[in-house]
Amino acid sequence: MSNFKHVLITVALAVSAALASPALAQEADPVSLSGDVKAVVNSVDDEGNSITQLVEPSTIVPGDRLVFGTDYSNTGEEPVKNFVVTNPLPGPVRLASDADADLTVSVDGGKTWGILAGLNVTLEDGTSRTAQHADVTHVRWILAEIAPGESGRLEYPAIIR
Amino acid sequence: MDTQKLISSLFATSVLMTFTLSAPAMAEGVDAGSLIENTATATFEDGEGSRTVDSNTVTVQVDELLDVTVTTQDSGPLPSEPGQSVLTFEVTNQGNGPEEFTLTANPDVAGNDFDTTVTSIAVDTNGNGVYDEGVDAILTGPETTPTLVADEAITVFVIVEVPSGVSNDETSDVELLAEAVTGTGEPGTTFAGAGVDGGDAIVGTTGANGTATGSLLIGLTNVDLTKAVSLVDPFGGTSAVPGSVATFTITAEVLGTGSLDSLVISDGIPDDTTYVLGSLALDGAPLTDASGDDAGEASAATGIAVDIGTVNGGDTFAVTFDVTVN
Repeated sequence: MSNFKHVLITVALAVSAALASPALAQEADPVSLSGDVKAVVNSVDDEGNSITQLVEPSTIVPGDRLVFGTDYSNTGEEPVKNFVVTNPLPGPVRLASDADADLTVSVDGGKTWGILAGLNVTLEDGTSRTAQHADVTHVRWILAEIAPGESGRLEYPAIIR
Repeated sequence: MDTQKLISSLFATSVLMTFTLSAPAMAEGVDAGSLIENTATATFEDGEGSRTVDSNTVTVQVDELLDVTVTTQDSGPLPSEPGQSVLTFEVTNQGNGPEEFTLTANPDVAGNDFDTTVTSIAVDTNGNGVYDEGVDAILTGPETTPTLVADEAITVFVIVEVPSGVSNDETSDVELLAEAVTGTGEPGTTFAGAGVDGGDAIVGTTGANGTATGSLLIGLTNVDLTKAVSLVDPFGGTSAVPGSVATFTITAEVLGTGSLDSLVISDGIPDDTTYVLGSLALDGAPLTDASGDDAGEASAATGIAVDIGTVNGGDTFAVTFDVTVN
């Protein structure tokens, strides 16, 4: 956990540095990022086993489950470090309640970050309560380093509000 | 960090928290046609400094959920008698998009003691919850509600005619069925392109139709009047001689299970007697002879009258007044 916090701090610095020096006149991005969305369809087969399938979303309505994925790949020659992927949740969805409890999230529009269980939401009357999945505004993944040629996929499950 | 481990942990289904607080308000679901747009942004450092890269934006559109509920707004069986009765229902669009609903009233329900005839179906145009003839719009066939936005409810009146020849305590049910105009069916049935903004429409858990039952209870009400007299003569006996005081008691018993409006009990002063001023009483409570100040009035010329007002089956009233024999 202490290692986790350390990484988080480093990332915060990296973000501010990125803002301070816009990526102008640089080489082609050595990292590719490709997003997709799948709908989760639960069904039961002939033998009564429940089956979960990820399909292209066709007809989706409130209550349906979606999985948002981002494929990343280091296409360059050098390792990249402090790789931070930030994903604002679209307004019409909430984070699914069975999302990874260790996922780094924000419930205040990206100002502060942590695991959901450690975050609070301040109410209009000044009191606060423990943050819930529906409060999550952003999710974030932090990878210390991606070696050249390395690729992977990041996902979060969401429910349509 | 080990990427594979990260990904696998994302799928771990562990519910660590038990929520005792109520969830934030989001009862109705997002509107049909809403766009869900997702973009991820990565920041990282390569050999040349910090860089930022955005993913493509994936977009999906929320489709239209077709759901409806119907509830009766009558607190219990509606007291009825031959003639017009009005049953009140509420139709609620439980879906997430604007929808119209066709309405069908069925008076032929199994178990009915008698069947009513449906005269018309009306909507509560002025929104006061009560059927106002000539104000609330009567729907023409096929009876269809106005477009209800997501979560909107409308009050619907089913106007029926109770046949003559019914008996006390007989009951009759009337069902109101509401069906989404876009379509109904098993939950999950999809109508491609029939939703908001060209999206699909999909039948929700209600099957996109709902029914509710309203009931009528026949309460035929009438009043049984009994008149009695007791005499006290000047000599302590019970003879009708000049000077005897006759006390009349008119007992009104309301029979049946319904109610009556404007019950007035009246009687004349018998010939050859004189009304005893101030002797009029209802259930033992004195009433003045003057009109307008209370329920009673009395005079030698017009007799007595007591305006009891609305009465219900089972009520009993006793009106008393005295006369002297001339």
